[in-house]
Amino acid sequence: MIVRIMGQGQYRVDAKLMEKLNVIDNRIVAHVSSGDEKEFRNDLVLLISAIKESGEPLDEMSILSSEVIVPPQDLTLKEAKKIFSGQGLIED
Amino acid sequence: MGLLERMSTTVKAKMSKIMGQFEDPRETLDYSYEKQLELLQNVKRGVADVTTSKKRLELQKARLQASLDKADAQAKEAVKSGRDDLAKMALERKIGLQSQEESLDQQIADLEAEQQKLMAAESRLATKVEAFRAKKETIKAQYSAAEAQVKVTESVTGISEEMADVGLAVERAEEKTESMKARSAALDELLESGVLEDYSGGDRIDKELDKAKAAGDVDAELARLKSEVGR
Repeated sequence: MIVRIMGQGQYRVDAKLMEKLNVIDNRIVAHVSSGDEKEFRNDLVLLISAIKESGEPLDEMSILSSEVIVPPQDLTLKEAKKIFSGQGLIED
Repeated sequence: MGLLERMSTTVKAKMSKIMGQFEDPRETLDYSYEKQLELLQNVKRGVADVTTSKKRLELQKARLQASLDKADAQAKEAVKSGRDDLAKMALERKIGLQSQEESLDQQIADLEAEQQKLMAAESRLATKVEAFRAKKETIKAQYSAAEAQVKVTESVTGISEEMADVGLAVERAEEKTESMKARSAALDELLESGVLEDYSGGDRIDKELDKAKAAGDVDAELARLKSEVGR
């Protein structure tokens, strides 16, 4: 599966890693709804470093679309809330 | 729905705007390539904007430092003239400025990070655009219209995702520099007017210190005269 980390490029991840990412993703959802900024940040950083550590970076010259897109590492809780409400990151 | 899925939806919405709809796949390739070059220019401008904002903050920091030094000197002068009230005022100003200094340092560091991010985005995009250009020519030369359609969709979708990524980075950087501009203007005002300045212009502490110094000089002169006359 191809995963894009916004601002940091694309990685190929296997099913096992994807499972792990899903667990973290679910925790992030909970942090966003409870408004826990610190835990939100911790898990987002953890998610991204897990991809970088265990994923395989895609060749820079390859032009492929991703199945999963990870928000930028410095995404704020406020921005995450906007994404969940379907407003997107930046209003058009 | 998880954050990752939501993020994908957000990016896909942006991508479909970038991609547009064309009947002839070859036209789509050229159009997309044009857009890529535009975006590349946009990122370059973004880098320049962030760099300018950072320089502005660095200049401001130098001015802030000068104001801090001045408040320090005023406090010392006031203590020498026996005016603790003025010394306190100058020290209050100093402390106020110091708290501004910390937030200014943070802002400069933020912009530095933003600058690095955009520069990395620029170089990644430039590589992809070059790869796309090569691919585009191959598709045009080697495939029939029907075959090309599949290849075009593949590469245009791929590059649009990259463009959405970079575009978002540029927009976020713009938002950051905008909000910093407002804060920076407020600090400029603080530095220019000085919180302790009176309406006639000039620094109140300076005026008071001048008065105190003049009074001291008069006393000294008087003492000198007295001793002369007394002789």
